Amino acid sequence: MNGSTPFSRHLLHLNPELEADRICRRIRELMLSQVKRRGLVVGLSGGIDSSVTAALAARALGPERVLGLEMPERHSAEESLRLSSSVARTLGIPTVREEISATLESVGFYRKYEDAVRQVVPEYASGWKSKIVTSGITASASITAFSIVVQAPDGAQLKMRLPFKPYLEIVAATNFKQRIRKMLEYYHADRLHYAVAGTPNRLEYDQGFFVKLGDGAADLKPIAHLYKTQVYQVAEYLGIPEEVRSRRPTTDTYSLAQGQDEFYFALPFDQMDLCLFGKNHEVAAREVAAALGLTEQQVELVYRDIDVKRATTRYLHLPPLLVDRVEWQEE
Amino acid sequence: MSLQEEIRQFIVDTFLFGEDGGLRDDSSFLQEGIVDSTGILQLVSFLQERYLISIEDAELIPDNLDSIGKVATFVRSKQAAPGTGQATAQALVPEPA
Repeated sequence: MNGSTPFSRHLLHLNPELEADRICRRIRELMLSQVKRRGLVVGLSGGIDSSVTAALAARALGPERVLGLEMPERHSAEESLRLSSSVARTLGIPTVREEISATLESVGFYRKYEDAVRQVVPEYASGWKSKIVTSGITASASITAFSIVVQAPDGAQLKMRLPFKPYLEIVAATNFKQRIRKMLEYYHADRLHYAVAGTPNRLEYDQGFFVKLGDGAADLKPIAHLYKTQVYQVAEYLGIPEEVRSRRPTTDTYSLAQGQDEFYFALPFDQMDLCLFGKNHEVAAREVAAALGLTEQQVELVYRDIDVKRATTRYLHLPPLLVDRVEWQEE
Repeated sequence: MSLQEEIRQFIVDTFLFGEDGGLRDDSSFLQEGIVDSTGILQLVSFLQERYLISIEDAELIPDNLDSIGKVATFVRSKQAAPGTGQATAQALVPEPA
């Protein structure tokens, strides 16, 4: 940055009214020119991203042309349904609730998940809870390692680093949740002749924090260009309930509450936003570190981690690859 | 087969479809895109099982794991040190309800 524009959180401030209007215009343009469906299905989690996506869709197309889909399962946080219902009421959009535990049971999710955890914690059983956490990259110059945290029915917790095989099996099983939810979103989209709106923010989209053909699948992604900090600014302008705006971002995927920064991102989202913004605008790590109260070395590690995640998740963004170009396809 | 050759064989077979492609003993796995972060987990599991060593979180650093040469040096140092064995569990304070 130049001397007259010190690097700070203010760089992520936007005019939420202008931005919401711009996004809504673009949603209408895309629906008319390319998607050609009559409305949008949005999976509601009770989190900030799906709430803002639904609000923008309702503003762009009218609330009667947006279907909010609530898809809890037995590991979902208790407050998720209450919050998603509150958002739907606020927006005036119709909702459908699809409980997915039975579907997860029928594909063997719960058994597969518990079998994988038992490879490292043999006593793990029904009634126990668990989540995956990362080692965090700013504690040392380490390579990211994943651990499982388990909680016994008596509340005692244990943390074990995950070897390669159970790590992959746990993640693969857990991805059923996102893929089953997406399957249901497309079922309702097809029966209504609607399209599906994806809900990633910029951090998630850029860093590949989504499941391919799960939450990564959508016909349009209206907030994928917004830093998470900016999603909150737009949320306030759109009147998203305060309880949703003040909720800590979670994955709502594991039976133990899991923050996104525990599982995937190196830092809490507001700090990650600034690091990503700094990297995108070639700001020296020293300047970002000063704004965040981190060391220059820590920010350099985060910069490196951003590159690593971009490289390792690139395939998530790719369409199926062809050996030869098929002529009718657009460039 | 020497330790270095065994590690090379594992890397080439596992991550390069058997084609060595000019892989040097000092080629950086991460910077050259040979092994990604999930691949490092696979490498660590291989090292622990094949050489019966325990690798702690603090040892998961590029200096130990980012090239054939570094991995070989690291494994030799672990084999020479006392206290190798299975990874240990860490008890945690329960989260508030």
